[in-house]
Formats: sequence, structure tokens, C-alpha cells
Amino acid sequence: MYISMLRIRRFEEKVVELFAQGKIPGFVHSYIGEEAVAVGACSALEPTDYITSTHRGHGHLIAKGGDLKYMMAELYGKKTGYCKGKGGSMHIADVDLGILGANGIVGAGLPIATGAALSSYLQKNGRVALCFFSDGASNRGTFHESLNMASIWKLPVIFLCENNMYGISMPQRKGMAIDDVADRASAYGMPGIVIDGNDVIAVYEAVKEAVNKARSGGGPTLIEAKTARWRGHFEGDPQTYRTQDEIEEWKKKCPIRRFQERLIKAGILSEAKIRDIEEMIAREVEEAVRFAENSPYPEPEEALEDVYA
Amino acid sequence: MREITYAEAIREALREEMKRDDKVYICGEDVGRFGGCFGVTKGLWEEFGDDRVRDTPISETAIIGSAVGAAATGMRPVAEIMFCDFMGVAMDEITNQAAKMRYMFGGKVKLPMVIRTPVGGGLSAAAQHSQSLEAWFTHLPGLKVVMPSTPYDAKGLLKASIRDDNPVVFLEHKMLYGFKGPVPEEEYIIPLGVADIKREGKDLTIIATSLMVHKALDAASILEKDGFSVEVVDPRTLYPLDEEKILASVRKTHRAVVVHEAVERNGFGGEIVSIIMEKAFEYLDAPVKRVCGKNVPIPFSPPLERFVIPQVEDIIKAAKSIL
Ligand SMILES: Cc1ncc(C[n+]2csc(CCOP(=O)(O)OP(=O)(O)O)c2C)c(N)n1
Repeated sequence: MYISMLRIRRFEEKVVELFAQGKIPGFVHSYIGEEAVAVGACSALEPTDYITSTHRGHGHLIAKGGDLKYMMAELYGKKTGYCKGKGGSMHIADVDLGILGANGIVGAGLPIATGAALSSYLQKNGRVALCFFSDGASNRGTFHESLNMASIWKLPVIFLCENNMYGISMPQRKGMAIDDVADRASAYGMPGIVIDGNDVIAVYEAVKEAVNKARSGGGPTLIEAKTARWRGHFEGDPQTYRTQDEIEEWKKKCPIRRFQERLIKAGILSEAKIRDIEEMIAREVEEAVRFAENSPYPEPEEALEDVYA
Repeated sequence: MREITYAEAIREALREEMKRDDKVYICGEDVGRFGGCFGVTKGLWEEFGDDRVRDTPISETAIIGSAVGAAATGMRPVAEIMFCDFMGVAMDEITNQAAKMRYMFGGKVKLPMVIRTPVGGGLSAAAQHSQSLEAWFTHLPGLKVVMPSTPYDAKGLLKASIRDDNPVVFLEHKMLYGFKGPVPEEEYIIPLGVADIKREGKDLTIIATSLMVHKALDAASILEKDGFSVEVVDPRTLYPLDEEKILASVRKTHRAVVVHEAVERNGFGGEIVSIIMEKAFEYLDAPVKRVCGKNVPIPFSPPLERFVIPQVEDIIKAAKSIL
């Protein structure tokens, strides 16, 4: 889990840098600061389980096993990327890994995860679906309709709200009249749990329990992981809506450093080991960039392919 | 005349109309202090406050639905949907509520509301943030559809849209927000339903919308060097549509090319071609051509995106094929 979180952090730092250099087109939404949610959650899943992701999806995809090379190539718009250059940051998917796509439409993953869970239920294949979404998305109709449907049908789905307290510039306290998104679960007759989203073990444990429950026919769970994004909503966001102090406070609660300290204390991790891991990840990220830069762009005519099967 | 950007022109229209009529309010995601995703509403929240520049949760259904309710009961909402692509989230409110209410109620209600939203590609924003969906809206009796190409038009048409007693879908091209053009200081209104000849010519009429007007003008300048005189007509409002000005131009030039960014299949261009065929067929010296987006979603990768969106050279090629 430590390696996976660090991989997300270093990948994202590189992406942010490449975006600033103009090498990555389109929009980039950084996941830095929220790594414990993706990693804790995906560690509680089997490789055959499904996830749906969001516009802030890089961390989810890496945690579920996404390959940095193909991700980076996609971010560059290259032919070798996960979506052959058609998708970009907001639409990366790898169905073989159970990744049903990042998504450019806020709240669109909730019913899709519900459908994947319905499919597992009907096919009796024991898979669960985990839906990543955020506080802002929980104000959309898709959230309420999906929770209701999943609950009445007792579907094996976990709704994981990574509450980073903002929807672009809209603070959660302005966007909803309650403190905890998890409170909404009671309206749909399912458990609603609040956890510390910067504690990877807490996320793992809560999700594991929900997964076990879902897999054994116990129905859906809503989990709300409280966390924060360190950077703007998108790269280039001037963040006029929050103070630097607020961001610094969250940086002190860095999920990676926190876990690192815990592992050191437990004797599992050493300074030397950390260095090795850092070097390994630096090489992976470098290799991903090299792969992306050396890959060709798709031919223009390839834009016409893949519309229909 | 002073030059301001398309975004500034829209902001001026909003400010002037809000000052003139306290029934006008703005409502949408991040339109307040943040000033909108493309900065269009910057400064309005400071000037008019929370009540009249209303930041909403991510609730497109409720943004449009509440605008319908407010408009039916005396207010004049200007709702913003951050990207045209998200209109789908509120499509019942647009299709079955906004577009139908007046008719279904036997004409007993007015719905003075505007839905502003950016359309178009060019930013590598990919398939869910780049669409031009105007044909969705022109297909619905009960809506008016505006698609300005210049700062001057944007300001005058938005003011007319806000004063209109019907639901208006106001489609702004995101690649035009930074585009500068002359806009008079003094107040003016451009009535809906009046096309504009953006360039006069004798040999060919190009009917183009939104950003494509500028590509058509570039194509016309290049064609001029080859000795062809090209007229560029910008309908400005897709409904009501100024058929007469389009037809008059075609009757004069005897040739027409229709250009829009939205996908060709079942696009608005087909409507214009039909009108020309029905009402000016005997004037035509060549078949009418369409230059439109390819029939695929907008891809992310820059070379792919460029390929599916009509470019100046595509317009020139189509024009030359009938000249
Ligand atoms: C349906 C829809 N409405 C609006 C947007 C524009 N948008 C993109 S991200 C975002 C904020 C999302 O907030 P939240 O769900 O809390 O996720 P976070 O960005 O905080 O991770 C908005 C409004 C969108 N992509 N889709």
C-alpha cells in the first residue's frame, strides 16, 4: 500500500509538471493528498472486482493496477495510450483490470457501478463494484437514484465518497446543509460510515468490511472518507476560494508520511528501504514519460474508428 | 470603437440587464466569487451579491428546473450550465418542461429564461466536454436558440435573449471567449431572428455558425486570392432563423456551402440545406455542400481533434468543388 500511494504521488507530481510545460493537453485534475482513499479501497478489492472513477481518476486507476506507461501515453494523446489517444485524462479505462473508466461527467459513475453490481448479481460471479465519487457529486440525482436502487435490490456495490470538501470553488458547507454525506445513507436504508480518508488502514478496513458484506449478499454501503486535495480543482485554478493556511494544515496530515512513520515504527520500513522504493518509482515514472514521448500520435483517420463494435 | 472580448461582452450584457431589471438573476455552478469556469461572470457576485448571483451545488436538473419554476412565477433567470455536454443531465427540464409549458398551458404562462452554456472543441477536452449540441435544441418547438460568433453579436443577442419572454438556449463557443472585437459603449440590442452578412460576395455563399464563421471568413480571404468572391452569412440565431437573408444571398451567388462544428449527421446544416432546396432550388448552379464535424465523438488527442473539426482547408476544398 505504501508503494502504491507513493507511485500515485510521484506520477501526479510528474503529470502536473508536464502539464505546466505544455506537454499534456486538455485538463488535469490532481489527486495529490487523497492517495490513501484510492489505495486503501482498492487494496480491499480482488483484481476481478470493478471500480468506477471520476474526473480526478489517476489515483484510482493506479491503485487498481493501471500501468503508468499506458496512462502517461494516454495523457499525451498518443496511440499507445489506454484509449489510443481518444480519451485523455478524464476517460482512461481498462476493463480487463475492472476499471470502468474515469468520467468527465460528475456523478455519472454511481449508476454505472450500480449496473456493474447488478450484472455481478445476475451472473452470480461474486464480484463487487466500488464507486469512487466526491462530495459535490452527492448532490446530483444520480447519487440518490443509485443508492436507492442498489439498496432495494441489495446489490454488491460500495459507494465511496472521497470528501475533499470542495466541488471546484463550492465548499461543502455551502453545497449541502449537513456535515456528513454519510447521513444520506439512512434515507436509503443502508449503512453510512464516516472515516479518516488520510489513514490508509482505516480506509482499507472500512472498505474490506463493506466488501465482505456486499459479497455475501448483504447489500450496499456508503462510506465517506474525509480528505483534501492539496492542489487546485484543475491545474491552473487560482484557488481564490480557500486560504493557503487551510492547504498547509492538510499537508501536515499527509497520508503518505503518516503511513511511512507508522511502518517505520513497526519496523517494516527503513530509511534504506524508502530510498529503494523512491528510486524504483522514479524509474517507473521516467520510463512512463519516455514511453509516452517516444510513442507516435495516432493517424488522424483513426479518429473515425471505434464508434461501433 | 473600443474592443473587448467575447467573454467581457457577455458579462456586460449580464450586468446591464441585471441593473435594468431586478427580476434578472444568475444561477449556476461556480458563477459567484469564482466567476465561472471560463471567467465570464467575474465581478458580478461582488456587485450583485449572493441572492442575484447564485452559486449552486452540482445539480443541473435543479438549476434548469428551478429556472423554469422561477420564470413561470415572475423572475427572469439566466442559468449557466458549465459545459453544453451537461445539458443532458437536465434534458427533461429542457425538453418536457421549459419547451412545453407555455403550449401545454394554452399560452397562459410565459417562461422568460435563458440557459447560457459553452459549446465546441479545440481544448483537447475530449468527448464529454467538447460537443456542439445545438441540433438537440433547435429540434424542440418552444425554445429559441442563439449562437453568436463575435463580441458585438454576443452582447446584443444576450440582452435580447434576457428580455425575451421565452426560454432561450444561448450557446457560446469556448474558443471565442478570448476573441476581441468592437463593441459600442452605448446600449444596443440585436433582435433574435436577424442574420448578419459577415462579408459580401458574388460567387458563393457560406452559411456558417459560431466559431466556424471565423474559419469561413479566413477561407473567403484565401479564395479571394484565387479570384472568387465569397459571401459569408452568419444566422446568429438558429431559431428563429432568418431564412430570407440566407435565401437572398444564395439567389445572388447561386452556390452555397453550409459549415458547422457539430457532427454532420442530422445536424442543423441539413435544415439549412433543405430550406435552400425548397425555396431557392431554381437559383442553384451546383449542389449545396456541407462542411461539418465528422460523425464521431470529439477525440482527445490534438491531431485527432483537429481532424474531426472542420478546418479552413476543408471549407476551401468544398467551396472549390462547386465553384
Ligand atoms: C454533471 C456535471 N456537472 C458539472 C461538471 C463540472 N465539474 C467538474 S468537476 C466538478 C466538481 C466536482 O466536485 P466533487 O464531486 O466534490 O469532486 P472533486 O473535484 O472535489 O474531487 C464540477 C462541477 C461536470 N463535469 N459534470
